[in-house]
Amino acid sequence: MASASSSKLGQPTRRIDGRLKVTGAAKYAAEYPAENLLHGYVVVSTIAVGRIVSIDTRDARTVPGVLEIITHNSYPGMSWWDRDWQDETAPPGHPFRPLHSDRILFDGQPIALVVAESFEAARDAAALVHVLYEVGEPNTDLRAASDAAYVPKQKRQGIQPPPKPRGDAEAAFAAAAMKVEAEYTQPSEHHNPIELFATTCVYDDGKLTIYDKTQGSQNSQAYVCGVFDLKPENVRVLNPFVGGAFGSGLRPRYQLFLAVMASLKLKRSVRVEVSRREMFYLSYRPITEQTVALGADPSGKLHSIQHDAVQGTSRFEDYQETVVNWSGLAYQADNTALTYELAQLDTDTPGDMRAPGAATGVFALETAMDELAVTTGVDPVELRKLNYTYRDEDNDKDFTSKALHACYREGAERFGWSERNPEPGSMRDGHQRIGYGMAGGFWEAQVVPAEATVRLNADGTAEIKAAATDIGTGTYTALALVAADELGLSVEAIDVEIGDSDLPTNSVQGGSRMAASAGTAVLLACRAIKERLLKQAQKTKGNMFAQAALEDTIFENGSIALKGDPGQSVALTELMSDGKAIEEGGKASPDKKVAQNYLGYTHSAVFVEVRVDDDLGMVRVVRVVSAIAAGRIMNPKAARSQILGGVVMGIGMALHEEGFFDHRTGRIMNHNLAEYHVPANADIEDIEVIFVDEKDDLINPMGVKGLGEIGIVGVAAAVGNAIYHATGKRLRDLPFTIDKIIA
Amino acid sequence: MTEHTGASSSEGHAITLAINGIERQLQVHPWTTLLDLLREDLALTGTKKGCDHGQCGACTVLIDGVRINSCLTLAVMKDGAEITTVEGLATGTDLHPVQEAFIEHDAFQCGYCTPGQICSAVGLIKEGHAHNREEIRELMSGNICRCGAYTNIVDAIEDAMAQQNAGVPAQ
Amino acid sequence: MMRFSYQKPASVSEAAGLLAADPSAQIIAGGTNIVDLMKYDVTRPGTIIDINALELTGIAVNTEGSLVLGALATNAETAYHPDVVNGWPLLSSAILAGASAQLRNAATNGGNLLQRTRCYYFYDPSTPCNKRRPGSGCGALEGVNRIHAILGESENCIAVHPSDMCIALAALDAVVTVEGPSGKREIAFEDFHRLPGDIPEADNNLQRGEIITAITVPTNDFGQHHTYLKLRDRQSYAFALVSVAAAVKLDGDTLSEIRVAVGGVAHKPWRRKDVEAEFVGRPATRATFEAFAQALTAGATGHGQNDFKLELAPRAIVRALEQAAAGTPQSQTHKVIV
Repeated sequence: MASASSSKLGQPTRRIDGRLKVTGAAKYAAEYPAENLLHGYVVVSTIAVGRIVSIDTRDARTVPGVLEIITHNSYPGMSWWDRDWQDETAPPGHPFRPLHSDRILFDGQPIALVVAESFEAARDAAALVHVLYEVGEPNTDLRAASDAAYVPKQKRQGIQPPPKPRGDAEAAFAAAAMKVEAEYTQPSEHHNPIELFATTCVYDDGKLTIYDKTQGSQNSQAYVCGVFDLKPENVRVLNPFVGGAFGSGLRPRYQLFLAVMASLKLKRSVRVEVSRREMFYLSYRPITEQTVALGADPSGKLHSIQHDAVQGTSRFEDYQETVVNWSGLAYQADNTALTYELAQLDTDTPGDMRAPGAATGVFALETAMDELAVTTGVDPVELRKLNYTYRDEDNDKDFTSKALHACYREGAERFGWSERNPEPGSMRDGHQRIGYGMAGGFWEAQVVPAEATVRLNADGTAEIKAAATDIGTGTYTALALVAADELGLSVEAIDVEIGDSDLPTNSVQGGSRMAASAGTAVLLACRAIKERLLKQAQKTKGNMFAQAALEDTIFENGSIALKGDPGQSVALTELMSDGKAIEEGGKASPDKKVAQNYLGYTHSAVFVEVRVDDDLGMVRVVRVVSAIAAGRIMNPKAARSQILGGVVMGIGMALHEEGFFDHRTGRIMNHNLAEYHVPANADIEDIEVIFVDEKDDLINPMGVKGLGEIGIVGVAAAVGNAIYHATGKRLRDLPFTIDKIIA
Repeated sequence: MTEHTGASSSEGHAITLAINGIERQLQVHPWTTLLDLLREDLALTGTKKGCDHGQCGACTVLIDGVRINSCLTLAVMKDGAEITTVEGLATGTDLHPVQEAFIEHDAFQCGYCTPGQICSAVGLIKEGHAHNREEIRELMSGNICRCGAYTNIVDAIEDAMAQQNAGVPAQ
Repeated sequence: MMRFSYQKPASVSEAAGLLAADPSAQIIAGGTNIVDLMKYDVTRPGTIIDINALELTGIAVNTEGSLVLGALATNAETAYHPDVVNGWPLLSSAILAGASAQLRNAATNGGNLLQRTRCYYFYDPSTPCNKRRPGSGCGALEGVNRIHAILGESENCIAVHPSDMCIALAALDAVVTVEGPSGKREIAFEDFHRLPGDIPEADNNLQRGEIITAITVPTNDFGQHHTYLKLRDRQSYAFALVSVAAAVKLDGDTLSEIRVAVGGVAHKPWRRKDVEAEFVGRPATRATFEAFAQALTAGATGHGQNDFKLELAPRAIVRALEQAAAGTPQSQTHKVIV
């Protein structure tokens, strides 16, 4: 262990992949060259329900360079079994099989692949494919579909269904002196990472090297092997750089299937890149309707929490996420009743999108809490503190750590919450109505199984290998920091290799788990290396290290020393003068013993100032303070960026983002970045991030919790609560656009 | 030497582009965008395709020093132009001050919008119309960052601008 | 995208001739609109006529004190040109409210006038659109119509002209010079763009073969009494839901001149000179502005998702007039709406 002063962990560190990114040298999935590369362009359905009557490809084939047009008519045989199509994060049901039949299940469904010698030929030929449909009647309206809402019979792996009710929530609500009951809605939200989904499948005599946009190279590899009945040794998936994903890459997307299918069929390398329009049709945060009912006494103490949610899913898979569970976790109440149902829509299956479930459920809960604060006259922060929970009552476990009080306190102080005049509309500046709003945030902190190898070279450099992924989260740097800290090397001396299915096993990067999991694996590998170095030191340096155990040593500046006597150090290169590298593997897995009694979560308190024009309804978020409790912060530089990113996405969720369905056709009409608005630079003003002290000795050996998602949770509610404070108008339907404010 | 970039001499148009200081004779179809020419035909994949419709700015390059979306530019129309892409900003191993500032301020996460942000920032600084954070934000709004790195992007640009105006305090 | 052939004429007459001869030919200047539309297969020209060799890039003030903008001068060059900034600040402001810096660097003045609507159905060839395909119907009428027109529509088309620059040009009484097979003519700005009526496919009154060569904006003495106010779904890089170009002249406390053009509400910039004439001589007060706003938006109809514009448009007009009267034009970078 490095001494506190020289510990790399906790120091703001520049990204080690930074140079590659700012020079354009980092390559993404559509950018790898291959000999005789073919290009595939996807033709997608323009109806939501029905059947393909005919596909006329004659005009398309006249475009020079077109080789092949693959449709359901020329569908090559592949695995029949659903399980071969189900990837790591697939929900229950029948995974979609591109080009499988003439049935149309959703607007934007891939129905043909045009393969040509150039991208342009493929694209232009695709526009000439004429499709005749038998058009059915779609339903994409959740309100209409929710009459037939149901509790999913088969639960999605890794997703907890709502906990059992506690007490009698309905009766307690009826008896409560203070009541809040309201409906909250959220439209479809689309990930829209800037990189388009793409796969370059390089074919070499039956062996495939696949560059895929994915959050898990091994997930894509397993999918390809299962679907096409290929041996893993013949399929390698690489994803060293991923241009953002936010959950959309947790499942293989159809361009992977199409590229591999074409590659195998034509025995050539094939690249398929979807267009921005198609990005709207693969994975999205599900459309949700929620009802929250809170019953409290006049002091604000909660006695009853009821939270019901209905989410839209496809007709072929029961997508699920934890929407309502947070309401049983967040606040103490003796009576709770939480329900979760699905309703089928003629859409593609939704997918995890940054803090899936929590971004949605906590929006409703934290808005309802603000409404309760108004009803009771209790300050919103005080209300949260009054109802603080010290254990996870639904799972009957303690928290590994929970510094949420510090988040409330430090966030409020940095924000200047005490300056708030609680009367809505009381704070003004010319035409601007000023509003202060806040909300709490909750997210999981998990460790999942992960492996890594670390190799210490005789020259004092080290290499890390793991099939982990960096989607912008800073995995490269985080892993390097762990090794640098453990082995006492500089970050520059560490080479990190990730994004390759050939490397040690890792699951998909998601759920904010990667740094903790792969990081722990690296830590364990380093410790094994250090044990061997200590043994070597005991052999060759005799008395100095005799009787010493690992915890008696310090590794820093490329040397090993005894804690009590740091002046006497031995260079690692000296210990390795035989020139042989030391390589060790590390396997991280959740601590079952800890899991028996404890659960880990990250927490936050976010404070927002908005300015709303008193007549014109335009909203600016001028100031955000996000106070985060996430255990030990490995790299404050990258950690702050993750939270900033989450806050920005939360502002988008609050003010801008919505898929506009034309329910007559089931088509998303704003399937482009001009009309689906994500925040632009001018939308983002001051954001400050605070990491409160939180020591966690139980969650994993490093005490680290993930940060990728907590940043977005609660932001939409905080913005809405601030708008209420500014205007006296309570908004419950996302996004809070100008029409809703002036209504 | 004419590079055949998907177009034969009978159907293409001959153009000359100076790309990152190197003059190239090219044969292009009229419908080929500058973006696709760079990425598909010239293996200059630093410039990114995010939307292909001028709605995200990831494809921003400098044409005769002016920042433009290359996805909406037909290559054939830029005969004789000087093109600077992200690959042409560094001098040898020395990064451009904007590139360096982006690393220092962690002005990127996934890195995909980054080349466009950087070229746009270089163009912005040359245009000389941004004097404070508000103006930087507005004039950089043609570059969407879904990772939400805007705060750091503005910090980086402020820093690079200040260095450029060394001696004049940044506002 | 359809394959097309490429021509680069050396003169206006050559360009006009090429256009007139080939019904499937279209001109390209900056390309920011037409390349977008071609990639979506909304438009499929057989020939693209690159007019950038025509020497139409000048920006100057003529002997009458009018601003003469070359059709091929870029939006950015125009917005930042010292003559424009000093003498026609409303125009500069409106241009800078639109698009992005990159797009403004490429887009031309002529192209700005000719840009097509952003209607979702126009842009989506798999949906009905009378503008894109006459007779196929209007998808927006009973569909997703948040961004659509509330004034001057017809049952055939409720599309909106998306330009910011044009709203200012309308308020400033610009004149468009065009050249075609029948020679040169001038079109008053209010006559340049059309209302959809029964021919929604015709955005403007150009005849086949005519090319815009210049836009002339008469001198004005509004000084600082102008504003371009743009309301949209995010702070930048988005089209207007409602926008207002306003300019006033005050004689003491009364209006001696009042000009208002509204964007985001109709198939062309919405301006009513008859209404303006009625309000000359009235006090420059909020009450007057509210009455003006009601009169200017008289007859407005919502179509479901754009009903909010019935409320938003008059409010925006009032605020714009207050800004103009106070001499505090809206800044496009400082986002507080004064």
